[in-house]
Amino acid sequence: MAIPKVMGIETEYGVISKGDEDHNPIFASSLLINSFVSPRLKRVRWDYEEETPLRDARGAFERTGLELFEDEGGLVSVILENGARYYVDHAHPEYSTPECSNARNLVIHDKAGERVLAGSLEAASRSLPGRSRILVYKNNSDGKGNSYGCHENYLMSRSTPFPSIVTMLTPFFVTRQIFTGAGKVGSEGAAASKDTPYQISQRADFFEVEVGLETTFRRPLINTRDEPHADPDKYRRLHVIIGDANMSEISTFLKVGTTALVLSMIEDNFITSDLRIAEPVAALRTISRDPTCRAKVTLADGRSVTAVDLQWEYLDWARKYLADQDVDPVTAEVVSRWEQTLAALETDPMSLDRQLDWVAKLRTIEAYRERHGLSWDHPKLSLVDLQYHDIRMDRSVYYRMVDTGQIETLVTEEEVQKAVSNPPEDTRAYFRGRALGRFSSQVTAASWDAVIFDTGADSLQKVPMMEPLKGTKASVGSLFDAAEDAADLLRRLQS
Amino acid sequence: MADEQKRVRRRPERSEEAEVEAPPKAESRSAEEVDKLISEIDEVLEENAEEFVRSYVQKGGE
Repeated sequence: MAIPKVMGIETEYGVISKGDEDHNPIFASSLLINSFVSPRLKRVRWDYEEETPLRDARGAFERTGLELFEDEGGLVSVILENGARYYVDHAHPEYSTPECSNARNLVIHDKAGERVLAGSLEAASRSLPGRSRILVYKNNSDGKGNSYGCHENYLMSRSTPFPSIVTMLTPFFVTRQIFTGAGKVGSEGAAASKDTPYQISQRADFFEVEVGLETTFRRPLINTRDEPHADPDKYRRLHVIIGDANMSEISTFLKVGTTALVLSMIEDNFITSDLRIAEPVAALRTISRDPTCRAKVTLADGRSVTAVDLQWEYLDWARKYLADQDVDPVTAEVVSRWEQTLAALETDPMSLDRQLDWVAKLRTIEAYRERHGLSWDHPKLSLVDLQYHDIRMDRSVYYRMVDTGQIETLVTEEEVQKAVSNPPEDTRAYFRGRALGRFSSQVTAASWDAVIFDTGADSLQKVPMMEPLKGTKASVGSLFDAAEDAADLLRRLQS
Repeated sequence: MADEQKRVRRRPERSEEAEVEAPPKAESRSAEEVDKLISEIDEVLEENAEEFVRSYVQKGGE
């Protein structure tokens, strides 16, 4: 039986400073994080080994008068009281959601990440001189051949053979973009083509190989990174790098909901038909560049099918798979939305312009182009594209659509705001978040799979969390409520 | 390809506690709505589109 799909999303945001000659993106990213965290928390160090030095950002920082929360590697990296990790990675501010137990909770926490960035921006703007400002975008490309990622992570059983993950998952990943794509004006990089005014996916241009370890060049459809951040004998963390960063809650919900379901079927060895695509990297681009969703790709067995056809096959398997199970409400909604989405993509993709990012953006840009009589290569269209992803709710094209009821949402703003400062209750993120929220002055370091306390005793005390579904509110909530301090909490945990 | 029955198949039976509201059927935005949005976009769009788009350069990430 498949293991529960604990999951999370890590997003590298695009960042730019305007009117500041000192600008460097590491400084801007660091300033965002520090501005958000300073008034909230004693700094808590992320416990890990990688190094990304701040380089010349230090001088610029001193002028802001803010404390620089760098860790031993010279990296700004903090943990928030909602269990998320907020840090600088590859010259971008990156937000990793806490571990969530289902697609709906993950949508909430992904949106909470946007609010954290927006809050950071507001706070940072107070320490910027004169007319300088920082802007942040939740997208994946600068339109000039540089991409930054939005990765998903799913807990999988260690016993599932990796080759079967590759075989079963690749056709799904190549085709799921028809509902997960965030849309993009033009094409870029080695794959650039003048014949592509608009494409479905932000990321499709950047994938070059089928399987591999790299994430920043020669990007693979399936990434082999194997850091489980959990009991390595029992678990694998599938690190997914092929997704777009979504503004649409429906796109995110479908992205993680359908993927989790397909992964469960793979673990249970349930899919027996051969869905392999003959040339998956080429197919990824072909599908991305056809907003009619009619383009056909060739399968290994010679059949010629559309992306929608392949997705119907996966949905068919999912229905059979769930037929004799107790289906939880979130999974039921995933299946029902998946079905409606495929039906609409098959008949009229543009009918989804209230739901999916790439469709909403395409319809908007088409209308904008017509209104102003612009050609597809006009910079204003690229600007509308970029500003769709602006995280400021008053300037973002996406949030203009939300405010005027032009795009469907799935969760409430109250739920999102709650998730900015509260962890999910049903994963180990609860323990991490509550430890930070209640006893941050006694937490000396933390990571995905441990929290380290300094209670004043002779040695630091590490609470390992190798089981992602332990440390929940149900199991430790009352201990946190009752504990007077960290030492008391640790005593109660042991008794 | 098994595309004969799949498109008419009903969504799976659900237990009572697993009841969810059926998501609203897709209905695209009206021309009036989109028109209104376009006017709003003109108000919030950054100035100097060409310069702005040109200067938006990112370091490659993951």
